[in-house]
Amino acid sequence: MPGDPVASLVARTGGVSSDGTAALVKYYNELFGLNKSLPEQFINFWASLLQGDLGRSVFGHGRPVTEQIMGAVPFTLALLIPAILLSWWAGNSFGALAARRKWLDNTVLPVGYILTATPYMWLGLVFAFVLGFTFKIFPLSGGYGYNLEPSLTWRFFTDLVAHWIMPFLSLFVVMFGGWAIGMRNMIIYELESDYSRYLEALGAPQGLVRKYAFRNAMLPQITGLALQLGVIVAGSLVTEIVFSYPGVGQLLFNAIKSSDYFLLQGIFLFIIVGVLLANFIVDIVYIIVDPRTRVGMRGGTA
Amino acid sequence: MTSGLTADTKMESVSGSPDKDAAILPAKKASGEFLYFALRSKKFLVALGILFVLIVIAVFGPIVDATDPLAQTGIPIQPPTADAGNWFGTTYFGEDVFAQFANGLRATFFVGLLGGGLAALIGMAVGFTAGYRGGWIDEILNMLTNVVLVIPTLAVLIVITSYLKARGVFFEAIFVGITSWPWAARAIRAQTFSLRSRDFVDLAKLSGRGTWRIIVQEIAPNMSSYLFMTFILLFGGAILIAASLDFIGLGPTGGMSLGLMMFNAVTWAALNLGIWWWFIPPGIGIMATVGALYVMNVGLDEIFNPKLRDI
Repeated sequence: MPGDPVASLVARTGGVSSDGTAALVKYYNELFGLNKSLPEQFINFWASLLQGDLGRSVFGHGRPVTEQIMGAVPFTLALLIPAILLSWWAGNSFGALAARRKWLDNTVLPVGYILTATPYMWLGLVFAFVLGFTFKIFPLSGGYGYNLEPSLTWRFFTDLVAHWIMPFLSLFVVMFGGWAIGMRNMIIYELESDYSRYLEALGAPQGLVRKYAFRNAMLPQITGLALQLGVIVAGSLVTEIVFSYPGVGQLLFNAIKSSDYFLLQGIFLFIIVGVLLANFIVDIVYIIVDPRTRVGMRGGTA
Repeated sequence: MTSGLTADTKMESVSGSPDKDAAILPAKKASGEFLYFALRSKKFLVALGILFVLIVIAVFGPIVDATDPLAQTGIPIQPPTADAGNWFGTTYFGEDVFAQFANGLRATFFVGLLGGGLAALIGMAVGFTAGYRGGWIDEILNMLTNVVLVIPTLAVLIVITSYLKARGVFFEAIFVGITSWPWAARAIRAQTFSLRSRDFVDLAKLSGRGTWRIIVQEIAPNMSSYLFMTFILLFGGAILIAASLDFIGLGPTGGMSLGLMMFNAVTWAALNLGIWWWFIPPGIGIMATVGALYVMNVGLDEIFNPKLRDI
């Protein structure tokens, strides 16, 4: 790949004599292991990867990549996990409620489609402008106030929450629309199916029929969650950039800007492993929720 | 809310009895029936109206107002005014926001059409072949689909970006197209699979027609509505993906797009300076375009699928 990260790093240091520059270039080349031949570098990469070492970051002035990613991951997870779980729960309940109810459905459907069509970063910008800039309810950027040190005090905690709310909301709202629509469509489909009609014919109350339909409609939504994970992660990356939230997205953005290939490689590895792991968890949840898969795994037919 | 609907159709939509609709179907041909329902579907008509307005802005905006979107044409940071000139306001650098918006909208439709179209073509080619031929061809194409599905698109793009210093909207559209087809291929494969053992396909085989002629003449027409809706979803998806790429700084260089407008606005602290007219229009443009496409898709679903009609 073209581009010399060391040159850009040295250029950023600035104000050094030409001798000093040469010494710096030599120092950094040794630090990053760039003075070795390419095959050697490749072997070194795998050797250190197996020891959990992802190399050093150019953007972080030579700090280890793992340290930087680990510093960013808690912020991203604190954003993603509540946003995914809450929006999934709220969207599904709301979508199920709206299906086949004329008035609710006519409002939920357009609103839901508009929300899913909204780019994550734009909703973030709108929130930041309205709540952060105009009304000054929440701070505009960062993970916590610049005047605070991370500590276990009440003040730091409230500050953390205040910075967290807006990025969380913009993720939550966009995802909510998608889940609500998906659930609404699934419930309508399930209410058309034979078992629902049979229950209705038997004179079962509407509530009971809907309860059965809901349980069946849940399953595709769980699969949908697994399929959507990649998109959701991408959404959280751009949202973090809007709010300068110190998560993985912001780190990725900085890595791109300063062509920090070590950091980029580390972040990609991390995101891919994370998404695969999350997929695995969703698969396990699916087995717990759907008894048919358990029967199928034991070799029976459902 | 809906213009262009007569009182007559509104009454029908309120009473909503399917038997009555069936009774007054004017044409026996399927296309006539679809047109009949299309003209009575609020969702379809509203979405079509919104898209029409946006397309007019995208096509004629840059012609009527030929301002260069990247040239300083006014006083920097001017809010939208009613006077002629910069009626969407100006950016931090005195660029005309409307010129950027109109050109960006054009790029957005271009990316959607080319990227979504390319993805639809690849998805159809792979889906039809895999679904119709089956066997080892199916296995290989399935594997290819899964590989493209898990490739971290962003990583590939960053590597390409570092090689290609000048990138246009065209490159972006092609890139989005060749990375976003897998789900479409899967869906089309599943549909083809269910069609290929029908009697009319067997008959076509018996009459000695070639594989491609059977696919094009027998299988594709039987799922044409499905293919069209797949294209619409890919269209909207391509627009959203392109906007995200632009926003992290991997967008076109030297051109203008709606995502790039937001990227510039954030980069030059539009939030802290309160220049809302810089980032609100591009977001509304994307939201309206993609939202209208999605709603149109639902409308079409109801038009093509009699079970879903409640008109």
